[in-house]
Amino acid sequence: MRTLALGLRMLRRDWRAGELRVLVAALVLAVASVGTVGFFADRVKGALTRQANLLLGGDLMITGDRPLPAAFAERARADGLATTPVIRFNSMVQRADVPADGAAAILTDVKAVGAGYPLRGSVTLVGGEGREDRVAAGIPPPGAAWADVRLAQRLGIGKGARLSVGETTIVVGEILRSEPEVAGVVFSLGPKLLMNLDDVPATNLLQPGNRASHRLLVAAPGEAALERYRRWLGGELKAGQRMENVRDLRPEVRQTLERAEKFLGLAALVAVLLAAVAIALAASRYLRRHLDAAAMMRCFGASRGRTLALFALQFLVLGVAACAAGVLVALGGQALLVGTLSSLMDAGLPAPTWGPALASFATGLLLLFGFALPPLVALSGVPPLRVLRRDLPRPKVAGVLAYALGAATVAMLIAWQAREAQAGAIMVGGVGALLLVAALAAWGLIVLLKRLPQRGVSWRFGLANLSRRRFASSLQIGALALGLMALLLLTLVRGDLMQAWRANLPPDAPNQFLVNVLPDQAADARATLSQRFGRDIAFSPMVRGRLVEVNGQALDTTRFADARARRLAEREFNLSWTDALPGGNRVVAGRFWPPGARGAEQGMSLEDGIAESLGVRLGDALTFDVAGARVTAKVTSLRKVDWDSFRVNFFALFPPGPLDDKPVSYIAAFRAPDTDHGWLAPLVQKHPNILAIDVGELMRQVQGIVDRVSRAIEFVFLFTLAGGLLVLQAAVAATQDERRFDAAVLRTLGASRRQLQSAQVAEFLLLGALAGLVAAAGATAIGWALSDRVFRIPFQANPLVWLYGVGGGALAVAFAGWLGTRNTVRQPPLAVIRQLG
Amino acid sequence: MSSPILRAEALSKTVQSGDDPLTILDGVTFEVAAGDTVAIVGASGSGKTTLLGLLAGLDRPTAGDVWLDGHALSGEDEDERAALRQRLLGFVFQSFQLLPALTALENVMLPLELAGADDAAQRARTWLDRVGLARRVRHYPRQLSGGEQQRVAIARAFAGDPKLLMADEPTGNLDNATGAEVADLMFRLNREHGTTLLLVTHDLALARRCGRRLSLAGGRLVGDERASREGGGVRDTPVARPA
Repeated sequence: MRTLALGLRMLRRDWRAGELRVLVAALVLAVASVGTVGFFADRVKGALTRQANLLLGGDLMITGDRPLPAAFAERARADGLATTPVIRFNSMVQRADVPADGAAAILTDVKAVGAGYPLRGSVTLVGGEGREDRVAAGIPPPGAAWADVRLAQRLGIGKGARLSVGETTIVVGEILRSEPEVAGVVFSLGPKLLMNLDDVPATNLLQPGNRASHRLLVAAPGEAALERYRRWLGGELKAGQRMENVRDLRPEVRQTLERAEKFLGLAALVAVLLAAVAIALAASRYLRRHLDAAAMMRCFGASRGRTLALFALQFLVLGVAACAAGVLVALGGQALLVGTLSSLMDAGLPAPTWGPALASFATGLLLLFGFALPPLVALSGVPPLRVLRRDLPRPKVAGVLAYALGAATVAMLIAWQAREAQAGAIMVGGVGALLLVAALAAWGLIVLLKRLPQRGVSWRFGLANLSRRRFASSLQIGALALGLMALLLLTLVRGDLMQAWRANLPPDAPNQFLVNVLPDQAADARATLSQRFGRDIAFSPMVRGRLVEVNGQALDTTRFADARARRLAEREFNLSWTDALPGGNRVVAGRFWPPGARGAEQGMSLEDGIAESLGVRLGDALTFDVAGARVTAKVTSLRKVDWDSFRVNFFALFPPGPLDDKPVSYIAAFRAPDTDHGWLAPLVQKHPNILAIDVGELMRQVQGIVDRVSRAIEFVFLFTLAGGLLVLQAAVAATQDERRFDAAVLRTLGASRRQLQSAQVAEFLLLGALAGLVAAAGATAIGWALSDRVFRIPFQANPLVWLYGVGGGALAVAFAGWLGTRNTVRQPPLAVIRQLG
Repeated sequence: MSSPILRAEALSKTVQSGDDPLTILDGVTFEVAAGDTVAIVGASGSGKTTLLGLLAGLDRPTAGDVWLDGHALSGEDEDERAALRQRLLGFVFQSFQLLPALTALENVMLPLELAGADDAAQRARTWLDRVGLARRVRHYPRQLSGGEQQRVAIARAFAGDPKLLMADEPTGNLDNATGAEVADLMFRLNREHGTTLLLVTHDLALARRCGRRLSLAGGRLVGDERASREGGGVRDTPVARPA
C-alpha cells in the first residue's frame, strides 16, 4: 500500500516537473495512431464489404432450385436479421397490346421480389424527359412491373405498356435503369423485368422443368450476427441449396477487397513500428534520466525489489493512463476521418467496435513494457555507490537482451496486425535488415570519415561526437532511418503502389462480352467488329466440360471441405485452347507450350487458385467430360490470372488440337466506346443467337470501390505520418542531455556559440544524411517486395526516394536537432553542468 | 566510553586496472564512538571516498569488514545493508545530489517516505525551516543557489534522524564564504542532535573543526589525531600499522 501511494506521488511529481512529456506523447500518439488505423480500417472494411454487398442486394444470398424452407427466413428473423425472398426465372415476354403474331417475344430475366427488396443497395428508375434518374422507394406494386432499359428498347415500349408474362398481363409502371444483381460465375444474360412476388402464381410459369432460382436475401446489423446465422445455416443446407456472398461470386471484387485489406493492414503495421521506435527511445531516455533517483533511493535504504516495484508501478500507471488517452484520441481521430469520408461510402459505415480499442490499448502497454522492462530491471540494480562516484559505469543490460524483449514484442504485434504471414514477414525482415544495415553502415562510415583529411573544427568535433558514441550513433541512425523509411514508404512508395494499382484497371479494359458466337459466325463477327472499331478483336473458343476424373480416379466432390471448391468441381468448366499464353496470365509452375505447338501431348494449363482448391498438382492427369466424350490431359503448367483485368480468362487452357472436334462457341471481350450504342444491332440482325453482355456497369462499380478504398487508405496513411515525425523528435531528444552537457563544457573551454552550433549541425547533417540513405534503400526494397510479392503489381523504382531520403533526411534531422539543442548553447554553462553533472 | 557506532577492521579494496591489480585501500582499521565528529583527510586519490563508500555499505571490501551499530556488513546482503542505511545513516554529498524533478520539500521528504513515515511532509517542512529555507520549499533545485541546495541536502540528511551522518566533501562545490556558512550549519545541527559525524574532506580548515582527524595516504591510515576540544588543538596519536 505504501509503495503504491509513494509510487503515485513520485509519478505526480515527475509529471509536474515535465519529466514525462516525451514518453507520454510517444505513448499517446502511438496508441492513437494504431487505434485510429484500427478503428478506421475495421469500419472501412465493414463498409467495403457492405459496399460490395450492394452488388448482391444483401449480405448473404441463399439460393435453391426449389422453394426454400420457411425455417431459413424464420430463423433469420428470430436472430434479428432482415430477409426478403426473390424468385428469378427466365420467360418469354411480349407486348400484350399488339396482335400476338406481330409481337416479338424476348427471352427475359424475370425477377420477382418481395417487400424490402433490395436489402443493400438500391433500384434506380429512369427519370424520363430530361429528369434525373431516381431511386425507387419500394418494389413494383401487385399488377405492375418495371422493365429495364434494354427490354423497353427491344420491345419498343414505355411506361404504361402492358406485357404478357406467362398467363397474366402486367402493366409497365416504371423503366428500370439498374438494380443490384450479381449473377453467379456466368454473366447475367438478357433484358430484365422486375415484378412483385405476389403476381408470380398468376403467371403459372413455375412448373416443374422451369429452372427457377429461389432466393432468400439476408442482411445483418453486424458481422457477428451474420456469422452466427451463417454457421447455423451451414448445417441446414440440402442438396441444390447454397449460400453465397459477393466474395464467392465475383473473383475481381474479392481480389479488390483483399488488396484493400492488405493496404489497410500495412498502414496499421507501419503505425505499430513507428510506435515501437518512439516508445523505445522515450523509455530509454526516461530511464537514463532516473538513474540518479534510483541510486539515491537505494542509498536511502530502498531495497532493490522496492525500487523496481516503485518504477514498474509508475510505468504501469503511466502506461494505462496514456494508453487510455490514446484510445480517446483515436476515437476522435477516426470520427473525424469518417466525417470527411462518409459521403464517399454509399453503404454507410458500421459503428465502431471495441476490438480496435482493446487492441491499440494492449499494443501501447506491450510496447512500453517490452522496451522498458529490461532497462527497468537494470535501473533497480544501479549500484548505490553511484551517489559518491558519478564516473561509475551505468548499469547495462546485456545488449541483446535489452532489445530482444522489445523486438519480440514488435514481431508479435506485427504478426498479429498483419494477419497475413507473408506481409508480416516482409515487414519484420525489412526492419531487422534495416537496423543491421544502419548499424553497419554507420560503423563503416564513421571509420571511413575518420581516415579522411579533417578540415574545420566544427566538422571534426561533429564527427568526433558521432564516433565517440559509435554504438549509440549506430542505434540512433537505425531509429532515424526507420522513421524516415516509414515516411518514404507512406508518401512516395505508397503513391507509386496506389498508382500502379489503379493503372491495373486500364481505361481500355473491355466493357463488352460477346458470347454464344457459333464457329461459322466467328470469322464474320470478327471482321464486322474489327472494321467498326478499327482494330482486331480476338475471339476465344469455349468448350463446356465437366471434370470427372483426377489421375484416373472418379472425382468425389464430397471430399472437398471448402464449399467453393465443391461448387467449382460440380459445375461445368469453360475450357478453351490457345497457342500462346494470354495477356494477364503468368506461369507460376511448369512450362507453357511453345507458340505453334499443338496436340494432346502438350497437356493442359490450369489456373493456380482453382488447382489449389481442387487439390490438383502439376503432373496430375485430369479427365473432362465434353458432350459425352472424355478428354484427358496432364497438367503441364499452372498460371496466375489477373482477374480484375476484365479480359476473357479461362481456368483450364488446352493447346490447339484435343478440343478441335468438340462443340464449340466463341467468346470475345472488347471495349466499345461509351458513345457507340449502335454497334450491336447489325451483328444481331445477321446472327440473332449472339448475346452481348455489357460489363461496363460492373466495372464502374468495381472502379468505384477501388477509388473509395484508395482515398480511405490515403487518409489512414496521413495519420501514421505523424508517428514518423514523432520518431524523429524522440530520436533527437534521446541524446539531448548529453549534447547539452558537452556544449556547456565546450563553452566553458571557450568555444564560441557559432562553433558549437555548427559542430552540432554538422553532426546532425551527417546523421540525417546517413539515416536517409539507409531509409531510401529500405523503402525501395520494401516497396519492391510488397508490390512484387504481396500486391502483384509491377514495381517501378522512384529515384525521388533517394533524393528526398538523403536530402530531406539531412535537412529534417539537422533542423529538428537544431531546435532541440539550440538552448544548449544559450544557457549559461554552469547552470547546465549543475543540472546535468 | 560508549560502544563504537562504527568499526572498520583491516579494510582493503583492490580493483583490476588493466592487467595489474590496483590497491586503493590497504588494511584500514579504526573505530568511531557514538557522538564523535571525525574527519577523514587526505590528498586526491588517497582512497577517502572509497573508504566512505565501504563504511556506508554502498560498496563491498576486498578484505576486512565494517560493523555499523554492531552489525557486520559482510554478513548482510544488499537489501539488508540498504535497510541498515535507512535506519542509521544520513548523507551529505559534494554535488548535493538533489533530484531535479523534485521540489526542495519533496527532496527532503523522499527518504522519509521511503522509510514509510506518515508525517514526512511535516517533518520535512520543520527541517527546511531549521536550515533557513522555509520560503523556498516549493522551489526546484535549479532555482536554488549552490549553498541553498546544500542546505536542502543537510535538511534531508538530518530529517531521517540518523545516528551517523556521512558527509563527502560537503563544501567542495561551494565558494569559501558559502562553504563556511554551510559548515557552520552542519556542525550546529550535529551538536544539537548529538549525531555522530563522519566527514571526508581535503579541506584542513574544515577538518580541524572535528574532534578527530584520520589521515589517509596511498590507501593506508597514516595518522589519527584527536583535538582536546572541538575546534581547538589536536593531539597526535600514533596509529598501529598493520603488519
